[in-house]
Amino acid sequence: MTQLPNGIEVEGLVRGFKGGVRAVDGIDLVVEPGEIYGFLGPNGAGKSTTVLMLTTLLPPTSGTARVAGHDIVRAGAQVRREIGAALQEAALDPLLTGREHMRLQTALQGVPKAERRARGDALLERVGLIDAADRKVGGYSGGMKRRLDLALALVHHPRILFLDEPTTGLDPQSRSEMWQEVAHLAREDGVTVFLTTQYLEEADVLADRIAIIDHGLIVARGTPAELKAEIGRPSLEVKPAEREDRDAVAAVLSRFGTPVTAPPGAAAVRLRGGVDELPEIVRTLDGEALSVVDFRLHAPTLDDVFLAKTGRKLEGGEPAAEPEAVPA
Amino acid sequence: MSGQVLELARRSLLQTLRQPALVVPSIVFPLVLVAVTSGGLESATSLPGFPSDSYLDFIIAVPFIQGPLFAMINAGSSLARDVETGFLKRLAMTPMQRAALLIGQLAGVMAVALLSSLVYLAVGFAFGMHMEAGPLGVVALLALAMLIALAFASLGALVGLRSGSGEAVQGFFPLFFVLLFLSSMYLPRPLIEQDWFRTVATYNPVSYLIEGIRSLIVTGWDGEAILLGFGVAAAMAALGVFGAAAALRTRLVRT
Repeated sequence: MTQLPNGIEVEGLVRGFKGGVRAVDGIDLVVEPGEIYGFLGPNGAGKSTTVLMLTTLLPPTSGTARVAGHDIVRAGAQVRREIGAALQEAALDPLLTGREHMRLQTALQGVPKAERRARGDALLERVGLIDAADRKVGGYSGGMKRRLDLALALVHHPRILFLDEPTTGLDPQSRSEMWQEVAHLAREDGVTVFLTTQYLEEADVLADRIAIIDHGLIVARGTPAELKAEIGRPSLEVKPAEREDRDAVAAVLSRFGTPVTAPPGAAAVRLRGGVDELPEIVRTLDGEALSVVDFRLHAPTLDDVFLAKTGRKLEGGEPAAEPEAVPA
Repeated sequence: MSGQVLELARRSLLQTLRQPALVVPSIVFPLVLVAVTSGGLESATSLPGFPSDSYLDFIIAVPFIQGPLFAMINAGSSLARDVETGFLKRLAMTPMQRAALLIGQLAGVMAVALLSSLVYLAVGFAFGMHMEAGPLGVVALLALAMLIALAFASLGALVGLRSGSGEAVQGFFPLFFVLLFLSSMYLPRPLIEQDWFRTVATYNPVSYLIEGIRSLIVTGWDGEAILLGFGVAAAMAALGVFGAAAALRTRLVRT
């Protein structure tokens, strides 16, 4: 294994739980320094278990990983010095204020006493919580809690940041604020970010590279563009001028790919041969004297990738509970 | 390490003080019990062999045990909450030493217990309590009260950390309340008429905690009672602290 000073290398990582469930079933991955790595998967896929292992809070059953060049099992303390983490369900003390959280965190992280207050306030300012700094966290909104959680993770200038579903349960506005902050951390401050999410859009917008995990196994990896190009072929949606021509249009389209759902009055297919077939499709429709009012090409999405790799849709699928992180 | 302990003790203190519903009963409830019994049971002092001619002097030892029962709940539910919310994981990610968490949490709870003890003493003296062991006796009493508070708080911490559930800690409380009532709380053991009650009270460690405190107020310097009081409290505290430390090692796993 090579040593990446602020990257992550994982080889054959496995974590089993009571009852023989293997939440993480042998994964390999490399996160390059300074990138945002998206770890995408449905509930229960093994995302949080992976994060707990990489942040040294859960010993792996087998396999190895190096975070910031340190072995996660043999050099836990060194790993923890280099990383910050905002774990699932921002774990905060409802009875303490935002500023008191920063005070405790800066003290425990060994920030010199004279700098604690300034460091805490600077981070509260950065995540937009300075006006709420003296309010008890019990009264914070979900978005505010996540932002405080992020600020707490940054106290000791970590070079690698783990964010476990940082926007789950947030409204769209808070979500996009979180995205901006994470992007800023990676692009401006050079922090390596390992981000788990069950939102395709989040992985698409933020991540430089993505791994898709399902049932404890990585089923696909690459840049969002590569993944889409690799499996997710574009789909074509055609709306005939006359409503009764819909079936005829659908028949023509079905020669070029597999039918997919389309809005009423239109037909759609996932193109077997990609965009190269478009001229041929147009000629065929013209040849059968079918006139068309709408002709749309939909670029493949990560959802298509997920569907192709797992046979299921990611979003809106049946949520499964992740096995509780209790050592076997 | 000392800096970590201080910050965690501060947090524990803030947690308790910000829940007046936890602080007020722990001070007021035992005093109400003292007020009621010292009024109603005053005639017990005329029983042959009763060690004091003031029932207040006799019963005022009880709050020093009852108060720590609340400390037990506070320490236990606070740590259980840290398990439940995942706050413990946040702490585990920092270079914090495990011992600092336990010591800090217990120190915060004991600061509240010290405050309560001073209130009990002040109220006792205000209503005419006599301290047979003199001013040094007050110091010895506070020392024993603190050791008792540590014993109960650490037992609470043990349950909180092991179960990781605030409800489990709450469920533990009545058990100790029963132990308190089945002790020499209301009467000296030799004067308890029911044989079974006297036997239970004799085997009940809580009796010796009460009698240790009580001896300083009522008897003066009674070596045996003081030694038994400190001994039982120290044994309970040792059990609690080692148990809680072991439970924390299991909870706060990191490589």
